[in-house]
Amino acid sequence: METKNKTDESIFYSNAFRSVAYQAVLFGLLTLLGWYLYSNVNENLARQGIATGWNFLTTSSGFDIGESVIRYDAGDTYGRALLVGFLNTLRVAVLGIVLATFLGVFMGVARVSSNWLLSTIASWYVEICRNVPVVLHVIFWGTVIHLLPAPKQAIIPFEGAFIMNRGVVMPFPVANDAYVWVGVALLVGIIGVVVLNKWAQRKRERTGEYIPTLWKGLGVLIAPPLLVWLAFGAPLVWDVPSLQGFNFKGGLQFSPELIALLVGITFYTGAFIAEIVRSGIQSVASGQIEAARALGLRPGFIMRYVTMPQALRVIVPPTTSQYLSLTKNSSLGVLIGYPDLVNIGNTTLNQTGQSVEAIAVMMMVYLSISIVISICMNIYNRVAAIKER
Amino acid sequence: MNDQATPEVVAGGSKRTAPPPIERIPVLRWVRENLVSTPFNAAVTAICLIGLIYFLPGFIEWALFDAVFVTSDHKVCRAAEGACWAVVGEKHRPMFFGVYPYEEHWRLIIAVLIYISAIVITMMPKFWSYRILVPAWIFTLVSTLTLMWGGFLGLAEVDTSQWGGLPLTMILFSGTLVIGFPLAILLALGRQSNMPAVKAVCVVFIESLRGVPLITILFVAVNVFPLFLPQGLEFDKLLRVVVGMAIFFACYEAEVIRGGLQAISKGQYEAAEALGLGYWHIMIRIILPQALRICLPGIVNHIIAAFKNTSFVLIIGLFDILTATTAVMQDPEWRRFTLEAYLCVGLVYFMFCYALSKYSQLVERWLSEGKRF
Amino acid sequence: MSDQSTAEPVIQLVNLNKWYGDFQALCDVNITINRGERVVVCGPSGSGKSTMIRCINRLEHHQKGEIIVDNIELTDNLKNIEAVRSEVGMVFQSFNLFPHMRVIDNLTLAPMLVRKMPKADAEEIAMQYLERVQIPEQAYKYPGQLSGGQQQRVAIARSLCMQPRIMLFDEPTSALDPEMIKEVLDVMVELADDGMTMIVVTHEMGFAKTVADTMVFMDKGEIVEIASPDVFFTKPKSERTQLFLNQILTH
Repeated sequence: METKNKTDESIFYSNAFRSVAYQAVLFGLLTLLGWYLYSNVNENLARQGIATGWNFLTTSSGFDIGESVIRYDAGDTYGRALLVGFLNTLRVAVLGIVLATFLGVFMGVARVSSNWLLSTIASWYVEICRNVPVVLHVIFWGTVIHLLPAPKQAIIPFEGAFIMNRGVVMPFPVANDAYVWVGVALLVGIIGVVVLNKWAQRKRERTGEYIPTLWKGLGVLIAPPLLVWLAFGAPLVWDVPSLQGFNFKGGLQFSPELIALLVGITFYTGAFIAEIVRSGIQSVASGQIEAARALGLRPGFIMRYVTMPQALRVIVPPTTSQYLSLTKNSSLGVLIGYPDLVNIGNTTLNQTGQSVEAIAVMMMVYLSISIVISICMNIYNRVAAIKER
Repeated sequence: MNDQATPEVVAGGSKRTAPPPIERIPVLRWVRENLVSTPFNAAVTAICLIGLIYFLPGFIEWALFDAVFVTSDHKVCRAAEGACWAVVGEKHRPMFFGVYPYEEHWRLIIAVLIYISAIVITMMPKFWSYRILVPAWIFTLVSTLTLMWGGFLGLAEVDTSQWGGLPLTMILFSGTLVIGFPLAILLALGRQSNMPAVKAVCVVFIESLRGVPLITILFVAVNVFPLFLPQGLEFDKLLRVVVGMAIFFACYEAEVIRGGLQAISKGQYEAAEALGLGYWHIMIRIILPQALRICLPGIVNHIIAAFKNTSFVLIIGLFDILTATTAVMQDPEWRRFTLEAYLCVGLVYFMFCYALSKYSQLVERWLSEGKRF
Repeated sequence: MSDQSTAEPVIQLVNLNKWYGDFQALCDVNITINRGERVVVCGPSGSGKSTMIRCINRLEHHQKGEIIVDNIELTDNLKNIEAVRSEVGMVFQSFNLFPHMRVIDNLTLAPMLVRKMPKADAEEIAMQYLERVQIPEQAYKYPGQLSGGQQQRVAIARSLCMQPRIMLFDEPTSALDPEMIKEVLDVMVELADDGMTMIVVTHEMGFAKTVADTMVFMDKGEIVEIASPDVFFTKPKSERTQLFLNQILTH
């Protein structure tokens, strides 16, 4: 009685067979493509007489770099030049992230303010800055900075600081051995604050007694570095920049390229962060805050235990990707002559002709930065997910 | 926030004739509620006002009262204290159309109008069907490209090396979308695939390209890609750059679309399977139309980013509107008014992106209200 | 009632076994269903009844045993799956209409794409079935504008448009408000009267009594009892069936 006479037995229609076949074909095609491209590249490079390999990293570059965090001159290797570029990228990225965070958080909070004037100004800022390409931001500020007055007529926002077409200079404390120990003490202070908060929380849980930690914490934070500094005899000599000839000497100097790039990417990214912060704050349902208020929680508690944890969960992940995109956008330094990684990689590419290797270095560096940041992000998410339960 | 003012009672009159409390006057009430509701709020208002008074008059003077709006003489601008908007009038042709032959600019204007209408049509839900959008975009690309190329019906032939300005920006933008969007869908589907090799290839492709700056991809398109090809075979630089941008765009868009795909219930797949539909029919007719609607706001946000990203070609020397402007402003006579020219270009970008972002917000509202579109 | 002498088996499940991970959802299920037979499957939730009928058009893969539908064995083979699915229509608990399409487009989609039917013919057939489920006036509306009962009737019509020889119903009335259950059951009764082979998973025992040729009781992944309705409802052999019937019939 069992008939299966209409059953198709052919293996070609078997789902499993097809799946394996598709994947094998894909894999084969990719391998073939890779091999084809590789052999073409080799052939083309050989024909054009371009060297391959990584030897160029250890040969002398012969070009100067306008600004560097580490010592560098034209006699140094391409490898070191690229390192200089990488450090310059990190410098502008870190500064940009800090400034964009402040600007973005401020503008985001301002946008939800009940003050009409403030929220209007903030939304104008957001709409204008995020709807204009970051490339234009950067070259716009690059143009603006060249329109600023010459060093002799520099704008002086406060005593000792100068803004001009050669960049920005400001006073800076002269280096002193004591500062290392002040730094260590600050670290101690930070640990102290964490310990204090934990202690206060535990005490509250045990006895129900509420211990305000704001001022105590501030004291614990500031006291150790301050005491160490005083113990060293309060060393503080300001290195004040002064006009010598056509240029300023001394103090903390920022090149016009750095300033233009920094302002450009900060304004652009700040607008996106502001939007993220705004939606984060608005995502906390008003019922949550009302419920907390109805329970009689004091405003500080509401902020810390109700509003912030919920808003941060919405805010942090997209903000991280904004940090990443700011870092990637710092490569626009190439437009205005800021010697970041891409700029120096580009020079290396033009001088050696080894485009494949030069571009590979740039991509690998950015990719590593991205991967490191996403790993941190995943760790944060895991911690946040645990807290949710 | 509570009304604290007690209504004044006119002596001898009944309560009914009492004038309204002063806050009932709309303007004053608005000011009270929105500017000075608390001492802190009042202080904020004061600080904002001081800031505005410090900057705004100077800016308005520069931008309006002291500005030169019309002149063909750069010396007039130099003599003035304010902005030189005349530079836009003087240089707008090369800014917007690059080095394309002057007498043929009308062709570019038509091309840009065709692009804009295609974009507007694409934004309207009633035209959302494969049968309208695919031919519309093929027509748009073919007609505008042939119009710009010329070489038929007595139109002079213009080489791509002479294309520039706003039309080039539009070509970069629409080329990115036309190539990038289908690619984004394929990558998103690939990443959702249950074939491990397909999935792995898509994940690696998407994640590694999302980790690098657009510039490096453009460098690859310009410097490395020619090395990949056998000797004698060449692709137009413009095409290479468009493909590079499209791939970059697709990697970001694929992640948005994946979010949309994940939001579709399993029952939709099952019902379609039970009806006997195959994988591609299920995806194209059932799943994608729903998934793309759900994630449309995100899609539009990345489309805005793609438009802004066209300006990256400044670095590799393709003459989009920004590069053309930068090049035009090398003219020593007008050079010091580059800022004004950039502000004008910025306005063009702003108008386009602002319109799109408003559209994205509109779609978001449709979605949250459950409107059918 | 099916005539045993002309019985022609259309669905055969032989020693069917299915696991989700370590959990065995079906153990050694054996049943033969003849053409024109109306089978009602009942049992407590988690008993494997839905899994069983979902295996019949391979929405679920079985790991052991055989499923033979209309002389075609369901295997990993795509051609067989396609052939079986075009024979077998399915109606879901949650309707699963395509919300972005009008009712008429929901109905014509599969005939046009799978059967390669011209649009005009597909629409004619669609209207025919809409009339049969008594909602032709809703043809140009979207599913979201219909009531639950109407949506389920559209879903039935959508399956019928593929002109299947077998219909599977997976708790078709469970997601409906009580006042809408009847309109769906009426359509199903009419379908049964037309001689359609049907397998219905349901708790509607009234419906089962009127239309079923065969009752199947499942529990813990096994078929506990197969019987004709009069035997099943009056003197079930198994204690588990008895217990189940007591539970659902006493209220």
